[in-house]
Amino acid sequence: MQETRETIAPSRDWSALSRPRISAVPRLGSPLLDADRLYAQRIRQIVLEQSKRAHVGHIGSALSIADIMAALYGGVLHIPSPEHPDRDRLVLSKGHAALALYAALALEGWINEEQLNTYCADDSLLGVHPEHALRGVDFSTGSLAQGLSLATGAALAARLQGSARRTFAVASDAELNEGSFWEAAMFAAHHHLANLIVIVDVNGQQALGYTAEVMGLSQLPERWRAFGWDVHEVDGHDVAGLAATIAGLDTAAGQPHILLARTTFGKGVSYMENQIKWHYWPMSDAEYAQAVAEVGGRS
Amino acid sequence: MRAAFAQTLTELAGQDPRVLLLTGDLGYMALEPFSDAHPNRFFNAGVAEQNMVGMATGLAEAGFVPFVYSIVNFATLRPYEFIRNGPVLHQLPVRIVGMGGGFEYGSAGPSHHGLEDIGVMRLQPGLTVIAPADHQQARTAIAETWDLPGPVYYRLGKDDKTTVPGLEGRFALGRAQAVREGDDLLIIAMGSVAGEAAAAAELLAEQGIASTVLIVASLNPAPVADLAVAVARFPLTLTVEAHYTTGGLGSLVAEVIAETATGTRLVRCGVAAPSDGRSGSQEYFHRRHGLSRDGLVETARRELRQHA
Repeated sequence: MQETRETIAPSRDWSALSRPRISAVPRLGSPLLDADRLYAQRIRQIVLEQSKRAHVGHIGSALSIADIMAALYGGVLHIPSPEHPDRDRLVLSKGHAALALYAALALEGWINEEQLNTYCADDSLLGVHPEHALRGVDFSTGSLAQGLSLATGAALAARLQGSARRTFAVASDAELNEGSFWEAAMFAAHHHLANLIVIVDVNGQQALGYTAEVMGLSQLPERWRAFGWDVHEVDGHDVAGLAATIAGLDTAAGQPHILLARTTFGKGVSYMENQIKWHYWPMSDAEYAQAVAEVGGRS
Repeated sequence: MRAAFAQTLTELAGQDPRVLLLTGDLGYMALEPFSDAHPNRFFNAGVAEQNMVGMATGLAEAGFVPFVYSIVNFATLRPYEFIRNGPVLHQLPVRIVGMGGGFEYGSAGPSHHGLEDIGVMRLQPGLTVIAPADHQQARTAIAETWDLPGPVYYRLGKDDKTTVPGLEGRFALGRAQAVREGDDLLIIAMGSVAGEAAAAAELLAEQGIASTVLIVASLNPAPVADLAVAVARFPLTLTVEAHYTTGGLGSLVAEVIAETATGTRLVRCGVAAPSDGRSGSQEYFHRRHGLSRDGLVETARRELRQHA
């Protein structure tokens, strides 16, 4: 099942955010003006704007998956509407990066700018972790690793219903510490859930340190192959490459798929890259100005 | 209740294609009616209860009504946070089935004794909690609640033979069922140990003490009105449950008494101490914890004397 960008484009409403349509941006041969990269840039801008406005952290985690979310929402996911029963499902298992998801939902026009600006405010559906009550969020997450079990059940449901829809889970590498993650991995492989696609944001960092120091994840591809998965090592910041890899997957038969996406924590903002403190810290005015300038674009 | 569950669910699945059954690798010589009749809707999730509950949430979101089955502790305590963040917070129709409440797996040891499931499950708003007293009531309760829009926990027993006299399979959500009327003492019981409570009432009657016996199978929603009316009539109330005295039926009745400012005195018959490692049959543990019919008679007589 391959969905083209054109199939989904009509559902987008960039005007809701007073931003130019990707299609309206002329291609000048510069990678920065490529539609995929522009989508990721928009996500990063929103992540920075909302983090600054709400004065909250988890910025580095959201920036880490900006390109993954751009690949998914910029063309991979087939979602005629968030209420469509046969839409692809997406589980943001690393729920603490919800701001990157909210950015995509806003760019798709499923939430408006007014809603987006309630991020972390009282009475808002847009908390630090995603809630299914918000339009476009399939499952609430926040407790690490539970998302893969949700996604495995969603994939099994699609098979039982004879649907070609796919289920995606975006997970952090730290989630691999949790035993239940491997319970789901075993079930999905045993039942050949080829319609399940997991993207692991391998940024090598977790809350209190680097994964290599906290709980080593050596030989990750071999581990997943040993568990019976179809393993792909990819650049998690190559939007087009991510989309192309996913487009090449056989989601009708075979084994479940995992993309081990090499990423840089805090990607796009030099002083945040690979710095643990940006798991938690909000930005000062000066830091914000620099960050906005580095991701390129208006604030 | 085990055979009643398997048979009832098999029938329901025959009528409704949304019904699925997932097991955490348990149910030998119990779940075969379902797996034989509906092999494509039966999944052994392996010894992996957290994932089983998480998957059931994903299945329910797509429109299925998945039942997940294991022994009480493995169905509730092990995947507890998955239950909370999954079916409860998403308000999806996952059904958690815990087999063998209390000491039904007596000789298997404390790892298999289900003594706090009602307490922890009752904590969750929006989770219907049902603990039938016998297999007839289990059948009615499942038939009446399997299609609720939100999640349900069923605490079931293994016994498919004995019944609580006078119950006759009655069940209603948010109601208690009276199986005996008397003016001296109120006994409120939950789960399969209710049979001992009813037998104790019979022995007390032979000794001239007339008891009212209420069965509470609907723990959430709780039969608050029925309980409030009942406790107001009696100076002494005994609760009987194969469960820790904190969190379960005894706590529920205490809440009702406190909130309705009723003057009854409450004695919670249940398990108040952690295991000392000794093993034995269900009957042995009921005797040890004062939950056998003789133990309940002794407690009732002692408390009535103290109160007189």
